[in-house]
Amino acid sequence: MKPPISTIGPMPMASPSPTGPVMSQTTPGTPTHCPYCALQCGMRLTAAGAGAGGRPVLTVTPRADVPANGGGLCQKGWTAAELLTAPDRLTTPLLREHRDAPLRPAGWDEALDFAAARIREIQAAHGTDAVAVFGGGGLTNEKAYLLGKFARVALRTGQIDYNGRFCMSSAAAASNRAFGLDRGLPFPVTDVARADAILLVGGNLAETMPPFVRHLAAMRQAGGRLIVVDPRRTPTAALADLHLQITPGTDLALALGLLHIAIAEGLVDTGYIERRTTGFAAVRTSVSAWWPERAERVTGVPASRMREAVRTLAAARNAMILTARGAEQHAKGTDTATAFINLALALGLPGRPGSGYGCVTGQGNGQGGREHGQKADQLPGYRRLDDPAARAHVARVWGVDPDDLPGPGRSAYELLEALGTPHGPKAMLLFGSNPVVSAPRAGLVADRIAALDLLVVTDLVLSETAALADVVLPATQWAEETGTLTNLEGRVLLRRRAAPPPPGVRGDLAVISGLARRLGQDPAAFPEDPRAVFDELRRASAGGIADYSGITYERIEAEGGVFWPCPSEDHPGTPRPFLDRFATPDGRARFVPVEHRAPAEDLDERYPVYLTTGRVLAQYQSGAQTRRVAALNEAAPEAYVEIHPDLAERLGIAAGERVRVTSRRGTAEGVARISTAIRSDTVFMPFHWAGEGRANLLTNPALDPTSRMPEFKVCAVRVERIPGAAA
Amino acid sequence: MSVLSLNGHRRRGRARASRLVVVGNGMSGSRLVTEVRARDPEIRITVFGAEPRPPYNRVLLSNVVAGTSRPEQVWLLDPAWYGEHDVTARLGVPVTAIDRETRTVIAADGTREPYDVLVLALGSEPVVPPVEGADRAVAFRTLDDCERILARARTARHAVVIGGGLLGVEAARGLAGRGLPVTLVHLAEHLMERQLDAEAGLVLGRTLARLGVAVRTGATVTAIRPDGEGHRVELAGGEAIATDLVVLACGVRPVTGLARAAGLEVDQGIVVDDEMRTDDPAIHAIGECCQHAGTVYGLVAPAWEQAAVVADLITGADPGARYTGSRTVTRLKAAGVELAAMGETRLTEDDAEVVRFSHHRDGTYRKLVIRDDRLVGAILLGDSPAVGTLTQLYDRGAPLPRDRAGLLFPGLAGADGTAGDPGRVPDAATVCRCNNVTAGRIRACWAAGARDVAAVAAATRATTGCGSCRADVEAIVAGLRARDAHQRDQEREEVPA
Repeated sequence: MKPPISTIGPMPMASPSPTGPVMSQTTPGTPTHCPYCALQCGMRLTAAGAGAGGRPVLTVTPRADVPANGGGLCQKGWTAAELLTAPDRLTTPLLREHRDAPLRPAGWDEALDFAAARIREIQAAHGTDAVAVFGGGGLTNEKAYLLGKFARVALRTGQIDYNGRFCMSSAAAASNRAFGLDRGLPFPVTDVARADAILLVGGNLAETMPPFVRHLAAMRQAGGRLIVVDPRRTPTAALADLHLQITPGTDLALALGLLHIAIAEGLVDTGYIERRTTGFAAVRTSVSAWWPERAERVTGVPASRMREAVRTLAAARNAMILTARGAEQHAKGTDTATAFINLALALGLPGRPGSGYGCVTGQGNGQGGREHGQKADQLPGYRRLDDPAARAHVARVWGVDPDDLPGPGRSAYELLEALGTPHGPKAMLLFGSNPVVSAPRAGLVADRIAALDLLVVTDLVLSETAALADVVLPATQWAEETGTLTNLEGRVLLRRRAAPPPPGVRGDLAVISGLARRLGQDPAAFPEDPRAVFDELRRASAGGIADYSGITYERIEAEGGVFWPCPSEDHPGTPRPFLDRFATPDGRARFVPVEHRAPAEDLDERYPVYLTTGRVLAQYQSGAQTRRVAALNEAAPEAYVEIHPDLAERLGIAAGERVRVTSRRGTAEGVARISTAIRSDTVFMPFHWAGEGRANLLTNPALDPTSRMPEFKVCAVRVERIPGAAA
Repeated sequence: MSVLSLNGHRRRGRARASRLVVVGNGMSGSRLVTEVRARDPEIRITVFGAEPRPPYNRVLLSNVVAGTSRPEQVWLLDPAWYGEHDVTARLGVPVTAIDRETRTVIAADGTREPYDVLVLALGSEPVVPPVEGADRAVAFRTLDDCERILARARTARHAVVIGGGLLGVEAARGLAGRGLPVTLVHLAEHLMERQLDAEAGLVLGRTLARLGVAVRTGATVTAIRPDGEGHRVELAGGEAIATDLVVLACGVRPVTGLARAAGLEVDQGIVVDDEMRTDDPAIHAIGECCQHAGTVYGLVAPAWEQAAVVADLITGADPGARYTGSRTVTRLKAAGVELAAMGETRLTEDDAEVVRFSHHRDGTYRKLVIRDDRLVGAILLGDSPAVGTLTQLYDRGAPLPRDRAGLLFPGLAGADGTAGDPGRVPDAATVCRCNNVTAGRIRACWAAGARDVAAVAAATRATTGCGSCRADVEAIVAGLRARDAHQRDQEREEVPA
């Protein structure tokens, strides 16, 4: 069948049928997945003539054979190939000889030699921990794995963490605590459509992963009910049968109130609790103090609506509780996720087909990225770095002495905050992240980064953080390299190279390999070939929690992805890991008592309004990619501040005026959008923009004691009209 | 390290007390114990409770009466908690005296327990009206009371609840929820007169009547006499109600005897300052037994705020902690009756700005009392989506929006005007959010020859993301098709064949 493609300029066109014909194996083009979020929508890349400089122009068509998106794509997906030919794409390494010199083009050998020499100097002067590594949740499994190995074997530094700490860490910690295993959704995403009721807490799927809404819509079409908890009436909340418009920072109190109701009304599944869990009695007692009217006063959610939510979940044959960043990005995010897991356990949901608790992972490889060793406390296979058996296993695969592996290092924000301080790292190697825009208290983070003796950044474009680097290494993009990713379901997927990279651009694996060789490592231990790295990852993960040892590229292609754990090549993979037992020593899920606490920073006279942050549909993360795609930038061109009309009236702010938002940490600006979708005590800012529109100049780096997640989702601010400024 | 004044007498130079004794293990005392232990793993804690049970949640007793919660479901602490947290619990051991000279409390069993800091959390006791036969009635205060009520309710065919305040209404509703006909007898002219104005009291009475509670207001009980197996409740005016179970809910008074006997200053309650300290600096009092700035609070929230302040002070966690009073919100806990009352609810237009909506047949009554643009009181009877927001506006003393009606009816102000016929949405409106497609672009596609959703999708990608806009795109296309058909018809009429 001829692919239904025509073009207007560089823009590919949709297939005539919106769901598209099922692509057969003979369909031309390369089957792959989207470069953006964790839904990892299936798409096909087809060369459609040559563009500027003779480079092939790729067009995108959605794949209907991938269940996650079932033929759908959002605007980010449709336009994903445009970044391949972005005019300001980096195609040559850049170098500055000293911190005050400008960046200048350099050769690869020159740039890598320079970086390696500076690393040696700095480590010789200050010790191995003086060099830090910062990774990202968008990196492939192969990259995340090799980066972790590089840090511990080539650099012998404990100072490695990644931006996934800012995404998934709270839910991950809560799931590990309750289930002994953290797989975002412990069931295929298509189970969503089978549910009769879903409670979605702090997730705006209609904007962050639009094709996911197809599953929710199918659920609702079959009579299922959707309950959304969000301080904003987001496009997702607008789809819901019941919207609980909660006060920012109080999700934990809500969860406690909901569980209280479930117990008080006799809606808990006592047989399930008896058979499959431990620790319920202590949790039951701990929520005795959270009668719904008390939770109402804290959360602002009417007690009657809480009862309706609980009754809806309890009456459903199949029900799910899903959490996302709105609930998790708090200094109490782990306990909040735990409280919702407690509720799910009390209702008997986890480990039942069609029901369950899940966390909706955010970044493209947010799941795989947290499994294979770029986390401060972790070794491949979701092993713990402080577990002697885990160290021995991985050291054997790596051919090193376990005693030579460094111990756990600082978490992401603590690492960034320590850069350039007397006891902190003096150099940092950064892959797949843009913390100057995306880290909390971004102003301070930018200062710390500026205080480094050496910053080496590998990126596609000169991101705001790359612009501060001493060495910038131009990287290949998703369509130009092969590698695996693990999507929000825990399904390992393969992205195939569909086009050659531009001349002068190298993959992250080649960068790591090149640096390792220059630091005296055996090149065979740091291969550039993704398949070779994946095969080693399989061995390193064998026997771990996230066991990939039975997964091969061939199986992924033949089976449409493989769910981990998959301990052998004849193992079918594990779509629903908790059906028979949980991954705890006794096989039972653990109830953990948790207590609500106020936001780290609450309202006062000087800062009388809550700020919450989030994403918009047409942008992604720090915007380094999406701000360079014309159609996306047109759809979402600039930072804005969403303000309720009551608050706007009080502050004398009209729609479209520029406003200044100030917290204890800094000031950001944006255009006022007046909307009843937001609470009148809260303003919302998306976090995708740099410069004065940087929402993260305001956010609070108060950290969760367990996950070390910063409190992105709530802080106290003051909002003012900027006199004389019109947008 | 700061040294607290209360521990100034101690010589070891540590900032915090080392021996804490708490008398009272109800909602205030047990809260204090957990708050202190959460802040300080070392301080020695002994708590005396007059009841032999673990502490329980009094707020939920109406659930127990209604039969929706079993007694162990209202525990605030598991019995094992004390051992696990190294707290000595003397449960079922009342304290009979405080020896302030030697800083010792003396228990009913004769044991003496020395303290550096003593916290009295004695709670309150039910008021028993001076009525003949009052001892035939059961109070509604403790879990034991609930069990007595339940034991009789099992065989009773009718019950009388005396007292139409918060507790009486909850008890009456709970008993009615078990299928038992209940008469609620109340002295004042309307129910919950401390929290409600007359109209709200009336509407509440009607709501209760629908739920099986007959309400008699302005009724004085003169005697409770035996009547065969049951009782006869006699009212002033000669009327009598035959019943099997009489529950007393005539209010409570602070328990102050122990403090009075120890020579502490007592007014309505044990008098305390902003550090919840009595006139003996080594003795604090919290909860319903104490009186702060002239006010005795009868609700849980203030007691727990007080417990947090005292815990901060005792442990040195926050030497600057002070209690400055609470805004109280009364929330009735009775199935099928949504009622929130806060602040100054009985003010009228003469004293304040009042916004009111009532619909008696629906059981709805909403009243906002506003002063200086702040919400100073509110009654919300009947289910209201605004209750959370209004409670927070009251709690925070935040300025109110000009649109007062929007406060009572949040949906009204919230309508964005985007609903309606999708075929008529303006060109600038976004129809497909996932691909940023406006109605204007879809109409332009039609003009360029696209005649169905698939063709529009091919040209614009509308409907190819989440798919939710498909119906809207269909409606726009259908509208355009109808318009063109209409135009063709007109043209045919104008140009006769």
